[in-house]
Amino acid sequence: MITRLVDRIQTLRATLWTLIAPPLVWAAHFLLSYLWASVLCAKRGAFATEPALFWGCTVLALVVIVGCGVIAHIQSRVPGDNPPHEQGTKVDRLRFLAYSTLLLAGLSFIGVIFTAVPVLFLTDCR
Amino acid sequence: MSLHAQDDPALREAQEARLRAAWQRPTGWLTRWTDTNNNRVGVWYVLTAFAFMLFAGVLALIMRTQLAVPDNDLVGASTFNQLFTLHGSAMMFLFAVPMFEAVSIVLLPQLLGARDLPFPRLSAFGYWSFLIGGVFVLGSIFFDAAPDGGWFMYPPLTTRTDLSGLGADIWMLGLSFIEVSSVAAAVELIVGVLKCRPPGMRLNLMPLYAWYILVVAVMILFAFPPLIAGDILFEMERLLGWPFFDAAKGGDPLLWQHLFWIFGHPEVYIIFLPSIALFAMLIPTFSQRHLLGYPYIVLAAVGTAFLSFGLWVHHMFATGLPKISLAFFSAASQAVVIPTGIQIFAFIATLAAGRVIFSTPLLYATGSLAIFVIGGLTGVMVAVVPFDWQAHDTYFVVAHLHYVLIGGTLMPLFAGLYYYWPLVTGKKLSDRLGRTAFWLLMAGANLTFFPMHLSGLMGMPRRVFTYPEELGLAGLNLASTAGAYLFAVGVLVIVIDLALSPTRAKVKRNPWNAGTLEWLALPEDEDWGIRSVPLIETRYPIWDQPNFVRKVDEGRFFLPDAEEGRRETIVTSVLDARPVAVIRLGTPSWLPILAAITVGGVFILTTYHLYWAALGSGILALGVILRWLWTTAEIPEKPCKPIGHGLELPLYVAGPAAPGWWAVFITMLADATAFSGLLFGYYFFWTVHSDFPPPSAGPAPTWPIAALALTAASWGATIIAREVHRRGRVGLTRVLLALGAALSLASIAAGLAGPWQAQLDPATNTYAAIVWTLAIWTVVHSAVAAIAQLYGLARSLAGRTTPSHDADVRNITLYQHFMLFTAVLTWLTLGLFPEVA
Repeated sequence: MITRLVDRIQTLRATLWTLIAPPLVWAAHFLLSYLWASVLCAKRGAFATEPALFWGCTVLALVVIVGCGVIAHIQSRVPGDNPPHEQGTKVDRLRFLAYSTLLLAGLSFIGVIFTAVPVLFLTDCR
Repeated sequence: MSLHAQDDPALREAQEARLRAAWQRPTGWLTRWTDTNNNRVGVWYVLTAFAFMLFAGVLALIMRTQLAVPDNDLVGASTFNQLFTLHGSAMMFLFAVPMFEAVSIVLLPQLLGARDLPFPRLSAFGYWSFLIGGVFVLGSIFFDAAPDGGWFMYPPLTTRTDLSGLGADIWMLGLSFIEVSSVAAAVELIVGVLKCRPPGMRLNLMPLYAWYILVVAVMILFAFPPLIAGDILFEMERLLGWPFFDAAKGGDPLLWQHLFWIFGHPEVYIIFLPSIALFAMLIPTFSQRHLLGYPYIVLAAVGTAFLSFGLWVHHMFATGLPKISLAFFSAASQAVVIPTGIQIFAFIATLAAGRVIFSTPLLYATGSLAIFVIGGLTGVMVAVVPFDWQAHDTYFVVAHLHYVLIGGTLMPLFAGLYYYWPLVTGKKLSDRLGRTAFWLLMAGANLTFFPMHLSGLMGMPRRVFTYPEELGLAGLNLASTAGAYLFAVGVLVIVIDLALSPTRAKVKRNPWNAGTLEWLALPEDEDWGIRSVPLIETRYPIWDQPNFVRKVDEGRFFLPDAEEGRRETIVTSVLDARPVAVIRLGTPSWLPILAAITVGGVFILTTYHLYWAALGSGILALGVILRWLWTTAEIPEKPCKPIGHGLELPLYVAGPAAPGWWAVFITMLADATAFSGLLFGYYFFWTVHSDFPPPSAGPAPTWPIAALALTAASWGATIIAREVHRRGRVGLTRVLLALGAALSLASIAAGLAGPWQAQLDPATNTYAAIVWTLAIWTVVHSAVAAIAQLYGLARSLAGRTTPSHDADVRNITLYQHFMLFTAVLTWLTLGLFPEVA
């Protein structure tokens, strides 16, 4: 079952769009956080007392980023040509895009956590 | 043509003669300026940007002289305001950004083994726009009319015509014009990297320079348009009195700060990444090994690009926004350290793992990293909100930004200058002069800017034209001034080195023994770019592919000939660089210059309130651009041509396979971003006012919804036109395109009827002003849609668009998709949001 899933994932297409999927999720989460806080402060004059929306979005963003990372990790290990995997072959191109996606997923994961931390500490609109 | 055929020297010579003829440069004393070849236009571009840099540097020296001693009276406050405004604006808009575009225009085709970039005439247009706009803006200081509101032009100081004169208009309109040329360059570079790579250069084999340029060009698409949107609002306020930033009439000066810094912060990375990209090329050369951590560099470039859009509010920490908003931006500002650090470590690791040749370019590279790291660390300090409140608007910030820009942009460019000079001229620069200059620059930069940290912490504010002796800042300021002169001497040594270059002998080809494609260039300048377009199998083909240089030179790869006497290059697929087509490139022409002059006329004449003349210039510009377009997407004399090795490629492609389609897509992406900036304005006012939109101010939903329906119908007609055209029903296509144009024109009337009938007076309040602005933006796009549809009709009638050659119709459809996106958001916002809110 797992093997079949791994095989399936390894055949997925990696493109420039999948490369930027994790940072796009970071960007969407960042924008949402900013709008959530500033619109509530401006229109309601008060911080959200129950920020379930924010935490829901944060968890969702992290889950999506981890998902991208896992897929990228599996794809970056597609067996193929010899190390250092920098040849002009389809496998090496896939491994490169997947590995870069994995790195970007790591960065985006940290980025989302960085964005979320202030909400733990700040609770009003001053 | 088999491999075998290239063994014949006579054949090779005949091919070379044909290539030389096709790429013959115009030589008349006037016509030579019509050249479009990247090796000429790029060099003009570099020299012009360099000259503007020297000019802006002189302005800085005057400022430092004024500040050398307390209570100095060399220049007055008003002149000083013009000096620092013009220094900052020129260094950013007329040096750093254009220099990156210029260097890329020179290098990119070489790096990608292409004969030229896909739109040579567009590069020429960008250059001429830059020259005209730059001279216009810089020249203003000789008439005591230079902008004086600081390089970020904060309203209300700059929007009130009684507080700031013509200078503000010169800044807004002159630099808007240059922003347009930057977007043009971005289009050129993105399409170049994605579609004009040599066969076999898959994404994982792309030179890192190309990765950086791709990333930076995409950043331009999202960073510059918000500023263009801001410029539009700004000029509407200055010229027509529409109150976007005037708090008394419901505006908000903070809106400008948002729009400016959404541009302004990514801008820092837009100029930093391409300079770092030069390191990614020269560090492997001088380590004589592959760069370590290729995917990590890609991570750094892409990661920095994204994060840099989450930093803009860190320039606004002192504006009183809620702390929670500040904290988000502070967090992102801290996060951007990660990718920046990673790439620096990748460079250091490469040097550590290789056999280092400590050449002059490498000296500059390592020295600039040291300076940059200091600037980066003070950047982390000012990213912390409470610290920023202390340091805000003091010389500490001046010190920080100069360390970043000198270490992250200027010194790397000097590294690139010493590294790539042999590529452009065939001659090396002097090592002795270069090293002397380096140490002068290094000492000068630190002596100028390190004391500014201290004077800033001691409370010296930015932008004061003098300071009293009692503050105890005299010693630090004098040191800064001495440093500035030392730095200037360093720059002078470099200029002397450049000036001596013509007297020196040529060096051998590839003098640094580099491994990447650009070093195929011959010391004896050939205009054809590359003798034959190679098949790429490794990242460093000159090092790793056997007999590579000889095979390229003997035309044993692709497209070794110009049988039809045309300028051509190969288009490949995005991911794997599979050959897709051969495209014919633009030849020398007056059209780009005329387009730059007429478009420039619109901006410059508007500055002086000569609206009718500006309108005339605009109509001329439209005519020139349509004439220029008419020459594109020509139907070739035969469907395919052989490019060697048994490969035969089409000479005409349409839709997503064609560079033209991508150019429309990318331009419209930038256009959509500018529109989002205006729309952001609308909703920004909604958040800051409790009565926005004002109750029952209108417009009623009827007219906006009608405008939307008409635009949607025009969109539908165009899509059906594309489909029936493909099936060969040319007559029906023409009817549908004409119908689409009529619907577009009708949507203009309907769109303007809404705010008109509601009697919204844009000069009285912000709501009316932003409604009119959105409506006008959208109907202008409808007008362009109508022109495009009629153009398609004319092309069909002239036989330049046929069912098998339908690039025009496809591009018009693509425009219509963006048109519909704009119309949906505008008309729903204007028509329905007042009801919802």
